[in-house]
Amino acid sequence: MLGLLRVAMRALAVNKLRSLLTMLGIIIGVAAVIVMIAVGAGAQARVEEQIRSLGSNLLLILSGSTTAGGVRMGFGSNLTISEDDAAAIPREIPETMAAPALRGTAQLIWGNQNWSTVIFGVTPEYIDVRQWELAAGRMFDATDIAGATKVCLVGQTVARQLFGGADPLGQVIRVRRVPFTVIGVLESKGQSMMGSDQDDLILMPISTARKRVLGASNLAKQRSVGTIWVKVAEGYDMKTAEEQVRSLLRQRHRLQPGQDDDFSLRNLEEVAATQEASSRVLALLLAAVASVSLVVGGIGIMNIMLVSVTERTREIGLRMAVGARTRDILGQFLVEAVTLSLIGGLAGIAIGIATAVGIAQFAGWRIVLSPESVLLAVAFAFTIGVFFGFYPARKAARLNPVEALRFE
Amino acid sequence: MAGQMIPQLIRTRGLTKTYQVGDNEIRALAGVSIDVAQGEFTAVMGPSGSGKSTLMNMLGCLDRPSAGEYVLGGRRVSDLASDELAAVRNSNIGFVFQTFNLLARTAAVENVELPLVYAGVPAAERRVRALEMLAKVGLAERADHHSAQLSGGQQQRVAIARALVTRPLLILADEPTGALDSRTSLEIMALLQELNQGGMTVLVVTHEADVARFARRVLRFRDGHLVEDHANEKPDDARAMLRAEAVPVTISAEASA
Ligand SMILES: Nc1ncnc2c1ncn2[C@@H]1O[C@H](COP(=O)(O)OP(=O)(O)OP(=O)(O)O)[C@@H](O)[C@H]1O
Ligand SMILES: [Mg+2]
Repeated sequence: MLGLLRVAMRALAVNKLRSLLTMLGIIIGVAAVIVMIAVGAGAQARVEEQIRSLGSNLLLILSGSTTAGGVRMGFGSNLTISEDDAAAIPREIPETMAAPALRGTAQLIWGNQNWSTVIFGVTPEYIDVRQWELAAGRMFDATDIAGATKVCLVGQTVARQLFGGADPLGQVIRVRRVPFTVIGVLESKGQSMMGSDQDDLILMPISTARKRVLGASNLAKQRSVGTIWVKVAEGYDMKTAEEQVRSLLRQRHRLQPGQDDDFSLRNLEEVAATQEASSRVLALLLAAVASVSLVVGGIGIMNIMLVSVTERTREIGLRMAVGARTRDILGQFLVEAVTLSLIGGLAGIAIGIATAVGIAQFAGWRIVLSPESVLLAVAFAFTIGVFFGFYPARKAARLNPVEALRFE
Repeated sequence: MAGQMIPQLIRTRGLTKTYQVGDNEIRALAGVSIDVAQGEFTAVMGPSGSGKSTLMNMLGCLDRPSAGEYVLGGRRVSDLASDELAAVRNSNIGFVFQTFNLLARTAAVENVELPLVYAGVPAAERRVRALEMLAKVGLAERADHHSAQLSGGQQQRVAIARALVTRPLLILADEPTGALDSRTSLEIMALLQELNQGGMTVLVVTHEADVARFARRVLRFRDGHLVEDHANEKPDDARAMLRAEAVPVTISAEASA
């Protein structure tokens, strides 16, 4: 076997440029496989990370029903869920925690700085349910809710934009001309899956938001909210929780069987999974490119091996004359084809890894390089060498020794 | 092997080879019956197209006859399968060709080793035996040279070492001096004569009377038929002629024609 490999290497070394050009298809194909897997695995890892950052075991209840396209209808004008719904959920389903949220936008003013952001009126459970961390200060508590105190927490973007380098804690900001004391700063959460900045917001007691900031204009029902986040206990089945929440809300809203939900209920992991599916489509596309160039590379190998067999007809005749059997000649040319494709494969792996690293560096994509993908690429290269090398090798092995020796 | 007592090393009966070219059937060999004893030095002569090479291919087990029988060293080989023929060639027959047929970009010693590779001899032993054979043909110090770095005569001697390395029953040489000048031809014939004196059976195909005169027996062919089987009682001694350095000119007359 080692001898065969040496013979093959020597034969390939005779026409270095030709061997290199022959390998090109395999090199590109294998590099594409490596990049595809690295980028695909990277995307998947990113999605998984986002699911983790969103918080696992989360259900999101939105006011109003959804259309087939997922667009929420009647937002703002018709808030169908309430703080009482939110309070009822953990009471009826002990495995859950619920946090209602009222959303609005407002201009913030601090000194001569101003910044437009999103306001969330929430209860103290909110940051536990969302699994958010505090960078500084404290979360408001039940007393703040009861007294509708004018306190708030700011996200990192707000802290940066409004206060610059100053410490936000204890500062008084004006939200729609109402003064609020900053009692806490939230840890950075980065971008959401949809690309929005999750740090550009402030949190305040839901009662304060309702009474002092968001006004009564679009909040006709005094206890209504836009969203309720529900955290389900670790280990409790999400599907069961989802169904329990749904039937509880339907019962509370007195919906008849057959009547549509007047709210919409989403499982966030499912949303993330949809994203993952789209990155899988991209991977499939790359796979198509890879397989086309691998096949083209294989045909290149077959072509060059056929040329090689013809060029070396006399050599084949001589080898047969001194005792080479059919399988010896077959083996020699198969090893040569496989050597060609494996060297191409190794070069492709190197180029693929370099490309993937380059993509990570310059495009900022997440990549994951795994030993499995390298093994897979080697297996691909090997298979192609055997598959496309077989026909030329068999042609060589079937030569008639007399005619081969006579060949000009 | 070479030491066995077999009355006839080669025995053919009605050996026939026909080629189909279009509608024509060409009889390259038309029923040849010959016997060659072990240790003979035989020259095969005849005009171009008379079937000499075809006979060599049959005797060398490179091809199967269309009809007739061939017994080599007591074994009927005329209808063996191709891999069995390969094994027979490997262990029993050494070929010497007009064009040497050395592998390009390959050291002389590796060329000589080649038959042993297919015989399954381990690498270390291969190297020892190949170097031994190169020494025997006087090329010990050229073992690492590639064919491009060797003269024609040296290349042919490497080819002879390759033919000898498996210790075959016979050497088949098809116009071994056809591509060589007169003096080099004489050296090759001297080498073949010495091998024959050591007990090796040698068959040489040649156009040239000057080559045939070193053989003890001359077979003459025409149109695929054996037309003359002539014993040469007093073959010339190529080594003695080389030593005398007197007559290279007479050999070159036809060789370069
Ligand atoms: N593969 C083949 N197909 C058809 N005809 C062939 C084939 N091989 C040999 N022949 C014919 O068989 C006849 C004998 O050929 P062969 O090569 O044995 O002649 P030769 O005596 O060796 O001639 P030379 O002295 O020119 O080498 C020739 O007529 C040749 O054309
Ligand atoms: Mg001939």
